Amino acid sequence: MTAATTETAAHAPVVGTGHTRIEGRDKVTGAARYAAEVPFAGLAHGWLVLSTVARGRIRALDTDRVLAMPGVLAVLDHRNALRLTTDYTGLLGTRPDPTCAVFQHDRVPHLGWPVALVVAETSEQAREAAEALVVHYEQEPHDIELTAEHPGAYPVDGHMPAVTGKGDLEAGLAASAVVVDAEYTTPEEHHNPMEPHAATARWDGGRLEVIDSNQGVTWVVGELANLFSLDPAAVRVRSEHVGGGFGSKGVRAHQVAAVMAATLLQRPVRVVLTRRQMFSLAGYRSPTTQRVRLGAGPDGRLVALEHRSISLTSTVHEFVEPSAAVARVMYDADAHHTANRVVRLDVPTPTWMRAPGEAPGSFALEAALDELAEKCGIDPVELRLRNEPERGPVSGLPFAGRNLAACFREGARRFGWADRDRRPRQRRDGRWLLGTGTAAASFPSGAAPSTATATAHPDGTFTVRISAADIGTGARTALGLVAADALQVPPDRIRVRIGDSDFGPAMIAGGSMGTRSWSWAVKAAAGELRERLALGADIPPEGVTVRSDTTEAIGSLAPAERHSFGAQFAEVAVDPATGEVRVRRMLGIFAAGRIVNPLTARNQFRGGMIWGISMALHEEAVRDRASGGPVGADLAGYHVATHADVPHIEADWIDDTDPEDPVGIKGIGEIGIVGAAAAVANAVWHATGVRHRSLPIRPDRVLSAPGPAGAPDA
Amino acid sequence: MRKKQLMALSTSSVITLKINGEKHTLPVDHRTTLLDALRERLDLTGTKKGCDQGQCGACTVLLDGRRSVACLQLAVTAEGREITTIEGVADGERLHPVQQAFLELDGYQCGYCTPGQICAAIGVIEEHAAGWPSAVTEDVRPEAGPPDLTAEEIRERMSGNLCRCGAYVSIVEAVARAAQTRQDAATALPDAEEAVA
Repeated sequence: MTAATTETAAHAPVVGTGHTRIEGRDKVTGAARYAAEVPFAGLAHGWLVLSTVARGRIRALDTDRVLAMPGVLAVLDHRNALRLTTDYTGLLGTRPDPTCAVFQHDRVPHLGWPVALVVAETSEQAREAAEALVVHYEQEPHDIELTAEHPGAYPVDGHMPAVTGKGDLEAGLAASAVVVDAEYTTPEEHHNPMEPHAATARWDGGRLEVIDSNQGVTWVVGELANLFSLDPAAVRVRSEHVGGGFGSKGVRAHQVAAVMAATLLQRPVRVVLTRRQMFSLAGYRSPTTQRVRLGAGPDGRLVALEHRSISLTSTVHEFVEPSAAVARVMYDADAHHTANRVVRLDVPTPTWMRAPGEAPGSFALEAALDELAEKCGIDPVELRLRNEPERGPVSGLPFAGRNLAACFREGARRFGWADRDRRPRQRRDGRWLLGTGTAAASFPSGAAPSTATATAHPDGTFTVRISAADIGTGARTALGLVAADALQVPPDRIRVRIGDSDFGPAMIAGGSMGTRSWSWAVKAAAGELRERLALGADIPPEGVTVRSDTTEAIGSLAPAERHSFGAQFAEVAVDPATGEVRVRRMLGIFAAGRIVNPLTARNQFRGGMIWGISMALHEEAVRDRASGGPVGADLAGYHVATHADVPHIEADWIDDTDPEDPVGIKGIGEIGIVGAAAAVANAVWHATGVRHRSLPIRPDRVLSAPGPAGAPDA
Repeated sequence: MRKKQLMALSTSSVITLKINGEKHTLPVDHRTTLLDALRERLDLTGTKKGCDQGQCGACTVLLDGRRSVACLQLAVTAEGREITTIEGVADGERLHPVQQAFLELDGYQCGYCTPGQICAAIGVIEEHAAGWPSAVTEDVRPEAGPPDLTAEEIRERMSGNLCRCGAYVSIVEAVARAAQTRQDAATALPDAEEAVA
């Protein structure tokens, strides 16, 4: 036994100081193993077969020939698959997407619907057999096209009310000195994490074990236990390293298919989605059509605001991209109306994708604000400062810290905004027209109940365990810093173990809530452990462990408008001859709570801003009306920003410690993308004098846009 | 009958691959890509599969010192080549300067594109040192010599490697730092240039 104490000579706090990633060495040497990389004896490979029609019924599957092919072990389809339970509500308060409940019936609700899983000894054999499987369909006519006037659009109350309204909108607009009325569209966008979705399932001594790539093992355990009618304690999901998620890595068809096959064959089965399959099975961001109407006095102060958005969902599951909700936080007006509606079409189910709602919604709203600034002849930063609300425009609740104005002042200073000529088409650099733009950003700040354990070992080291997910956010490292400060020991004395459902329930990496929720639990456990050790307890060989559960603490938070805020600035160059748009520099200043690890946080903010560049200029998934399927469903057909598209980007923050959070965190995962596309689009207007209200701003759109052409109006 | 047997036999071969200086002899299905041979047969999982179509760069390895995407290379065609994967770029416990710079400057987030970015960067730095121009090189005449390895040059040359997390800014800083380290070493030790080449 060792009498241990955590007292070290004056522990200097490490939260707020830059630290390289705990798993950094493993990542740069290739030693970090992702989901498809953990070896198992007797591993079989499953390959999904997806439908080639957009709507209809499976008439027959010619499985006999496929079963006779070399190495083929089984073909699972709706005739022989395990029956699943889908009548439940999962961790995130939602019903399961039937897309994940594979092989339960013969209906095909979209092209790319999973119709079979072929399992074979090797991946080559599985792939060949899957491609050889002939499926006969009864095809029915399909509808895949989202339009602003789609007759099937209806409002959906999901995580938030579909419709909010106060005041007389039409009267407000009629009485306004200046009115903006514009329609904006954003296309179908796909997460495309670099690591494809992958799962290996096996039965191990009566327990189901899944090695997975996901954003929350608690979440996936819950879904699998419900679907397969298992005791959650009989399911273990591990997800140690995750190659990006962005909202797409929850429970998906491949995990469920892998569990079915492992159950049937009683051996480990791995199912990996191909990049092409991800375009049908990984979820995506719905396209949106949005209408924004703003009415203001000559001074730019809003008197009427309307934001309406339509997004699409599949015929089997309701998912709403709540783009119009951003106005419920950002701006107030006597007449204030917002509405999110959805259309059910014969397409795959969309899902959460980095800043769901805020990303497309801020594009429309912040572009409309820029149009209002132009019409009023007011600087766009000044316009936003004049429209800072005192309380939540819809909720009426006070803001728990709204430091947007400070972000704009600091950003404007650092970007050199004061020198800007408000008129468009005034600057030129050779063949390039230059312009600058700005936009505001916000994203809700929240925390969800989590549990964690902290263990003191006799050798003076500590282990923190929490079923958190590090999908690239740096969460593992951040939690180590939080624990170090709570224990008042150097971070190198702490091991951080994450991504294992056996560590107890915890929040997912999502909603910008992961690191905040987990830090809360880790600080509680580590803090209590320190207190216990301070009493001079002996540490037995198995260590002293303290468990925390934040359910009660988080439940006692008073209602308030809790958000992170930010100000985005971009400078673009537009070639009027080719239509090419290049972002030359970008600056984001954020008020997003306490920053735990500046090294990784800056990287994450920049990553979000790069998503904004990519959204503004590149990303667009195209669906073929004739087949109903995706066109160019790969990384050559679907462009994401690469090195040459990305200039030097500055991301920084102002002090914004959240007094109600034990560590002061608000959450930073999503806010980087919010407003970023609008800042780029507003800069394109400033460069060219042309408003682009449909994303992405492709060269052909720049070239074919009506408006001024030729030399600057000097 | 005999012909049929021969055809059946001809779908696989026993090959020897030289990877990170070590020889591996294994039977492979002729359809097996170098990427799948590394990951699924040899347990060298550091090389990543992002798209399996040559579009993302995650599977970049060095073949005879030059960067190459392992997903577009059949394993049987890699016999006789010097294959270097991420597992082979460090000098024992000492990280390669590119690895060290990625680690210190946070040139990644999720880490999945990282082995490919690092192998590509090693290739880029050598290509640049050897005088290869890029699409953004102003003066491409051989006598002009290598252009400065500016951020713009690095971005252009690294554009075959996607990073969806968007760690591009710190990746470019890491590549620049590693290139500087190499240049400093070459300046300090005049024949180091030759030794590396």
